[in-house]
Amino acid sequence: MNTELFGVISIFIISIVLAIPIGKYIAKVYLGDKTFLDPIFNPIEKFIFKISGINSTEEMNWKQHLKALLSINMIWFFLCFFVLLFQGSLFLNPDNNPSMSPDLAFNTAISFVVNCNLQHYSGESGVSYLSQMFLMFLQFVSAGVGMAAAAMIFTAMKERTTDKLGNFYDYFIKSCTRILLPLSVIVATVLAFSGTPMDFDSKDSITTLQGDHVDVSRGPAAAFIAIKHIGTNGGGFFGANSAHPLENPTYFTNGIELWAQLIIPFAMIFALGFYLKKKKLSYVIFGVMTVGFLLLVVPTVMSEMNGNPAIEKMGIAQTTGAMEGKEVRFGPAISGFWSIATTVISTGSVNSMHDSSMPVSGAMELLAMMVNAFYGGCGVGILNFYIFIILAVFISGLMVGRTPEFLGKKIEAREVKIAAFIAILHPLLILSGTALASYFAAHDTAMGYWFSGNATGWLNNPGHHGFSEMLYEYTSSAANNGSGFEGLGDNNPFWNITTGIVLLLSRFIPIVGPLAIAGLLANKKYIPESAGTLKTDTSIFGVMVFAVIAIIAALSFFPALALGPLAEYFTLK
Amino acid sequence: MKNIFSLLKLTLLTIILFAVIYPLAIYGIAQFAPNHGKGETISVNGKVVGYQKIGQKFDKSNYFWGRPSAVDYNAAGSAGSNKGPSNAEYLALVQKRIDTFMIVHPYLKKSEIPSDMVTASGSGLDPNISPEGALIQVKRVAKERKLAEDKVKALVESKINTAVVGPETVNVLELNVALDQLSKKGSEILSR
Repeated sequence: MNTELFGVISIFIISIVLAIPIGKYIAKVYLGDKTFLDPIFNPIEKFIFKISGINSTEEMNWKQHLKALLSINMIWFFLCFFVLLFQGSLFLNPDNNPSMSPDLAFNTAISFVVNCNLQHYSGESGVSYLSQMFLMFLQFVSAGVGMAAAAMIFTAMKERTTDKLGNFYDYFIKSCTRILLPLSVIVATVLAFSGTPMDFDSKDSITTLQGDHVDVSRGPAAAFIAIKHIGTNGGGFFGANSAHPLENPTYFTNGIELWAQLIIPFAMIFALGFYLKKKKLSYVIFGVMTVGFLLLVVPTVMSEMNGNPAIEKMGIAQTTGAMEGKEVRFGPAISGFWSIATTVISTGSVNSMHDSSMPVSGAMELLAMMVNAFYGGCGVGILNFYIFIILAVFISGLMVGRTPEFLGKKIEAREVKIAAFIAILHPLLILSGTALASYFAAHDTAMGYWFSGNATGWLNNPGHHGFSEMLYEYTSSAANNGSGFEGLGDNNPFWNITTGIVLLLSRFIPIVGPLAIAGLLANKKYIPESAGTLKTDTSIFGVMVFAVIAIIAALSFFPALALGPLAEYFTLK
Repeated sequence: MKNIFSLLKLTLLTIILFAVIYPLAIYGIAQFAPNHGKGETISVNGKVVGYQKIGQKFDKSNYFWGRPSAVDYNAAGSAGSNKGPSNAEYLALVQKRIDTFMIVHPYLKKSEIPSDMVTASGSGLDPNISPEGALIQVKRVAKERKLAEDKVKALVESKINTAVVGPETVNVLELNVALDQLSKKGSEILSR
């Protein structure tokens, strides 16, 4: 038991320590400084830009960034949609898996384009190897897009007045080739040597020791699982995601996969400090995020290690903790830690089934996605946190009677309006989606085209937990997370289409907002720091940001949490 | 329009880099991995009886059993039960598993059963059980196999995977393969 806690703590600390040099490297990449990988990637990138006819040195303003970002995402969506729709008759499909229904293809294509990886299918039977490879491509580029957006914000935060904010394509390609690719190669290699398959063969047929016949799914998994974590995508190669023994074979690979999903979100925050030469600011941000993260992790790990009181009542000792939906090789401690790491960051891969988590853990997992700003996904984590910084600057500026300023730029009505809109959008999407689904479930409505049968049919658990299943699905979509209370019957037009819409809105609007704010601020006159400046790199300001986050999340989500996991907690004795 | 063509070309080139060259490179590297990256298998007398990492169904009384599985150890798919901790139907199922386990192992106290033996795993393909989960089955297996209890117990203990960090585990398939060998050796000695 103690070695399990030791495992959790050491992975966390190793990730933080390694994030500092990698953050320095990321800052160098975006600054265009020399790095040791230049000899490999300079020619490759030059070749790509030359063939595509894109001038990667031309500086763009924030609107041009957005236009480039949105158009290329549109192209990816349509390509992916058609691949999934016709995968059954295309090549690289040794298991003869069928094509997707239009609504499922719609949901899946959006979900991978927006870095969410909500999966309403199972990898073994729902997609061909061609689709897996295409989805893997999206795992690279969707993470690259998030990082490119963050890089534009970094540029905009510099102490100068300009509308020239670097080149989108340059940031995007460099994020993919120089950051995501090398890390993925390392992780994929480790996984391949630890027992994760990397082949293109169909299912293997074997006779077991006891004499049963069974088919075993395999495939090009190692490459896929590496980028799924490095890019904080989270979509599993197999149905059970990283709980599957081929996707995550040992305690050691579990540590590697945890590290892989934590490293870029951690490193991006340090990269900000190196990029702006304001290390203190990045320490304050990292500190706030870490406090929030620990507040979620500790209760989760404790409640999972304590086990299920209802099963304890039957006379079964809970010395090994709550094991429903968990794997013996991981145990409850690291599974609890993973469940928060994956929800705080927008990975959404799972190594245990969250639907079977204890109520307290379920509440923490939900809260992690509701806040959606502690560390956060590849690049977009910083974007979400940026919104809260703007709000905190504004509120504390009002409180002390000083003009709200952030990094020498005045925050005015327009920026605050955008920030407030983004902050409200998240609860709005989650709660209205949940309200809609709960309404149907409460009335057990016959759903017609939208769902075969009555609405309660999509629930896998009754009562409060059933409500949590619906709440979780929309929260996960709005946080672009992709994990689920997977008992929910979600492969049907109702869930595919409603979550698809939530996914789209909650990915692109929270990118548009921060980019717009940063672009507007960059264009303003730079005011040098004076005695009247509100300092943003102090622990007091850190507390302020934390308070803003806590108030927004607590006020908007507490009623929903009370109806779901909290109510379940009090009934489970 | 020129812009769209540029973006299409950029997309095509990045597809080649990330969805063709990258996986092929990893495929090449995996050729040096155990069993050429096709998953490690376990063979008995040259015949593959299973994948080392994939749990399989054991319900015959002369074998050690694995954990309950939501997909009945069908490795063509994978899933957990996704039952919530307070679900009455689910708790009744756990109660039934405990009762069945107690009937087959009448010598046990309920508190000796570790929870992994009565709960379904996340993947439905968990290859492992806890050491306690294996040790409580020793008496039954020894009786069925007509082997000395301490020999079977020693076998289980030799198959416990201890790690510097993380839980101790027993791979059920490896344990049962070793058990078959032990039985065979025992019958050879008898027939001599």
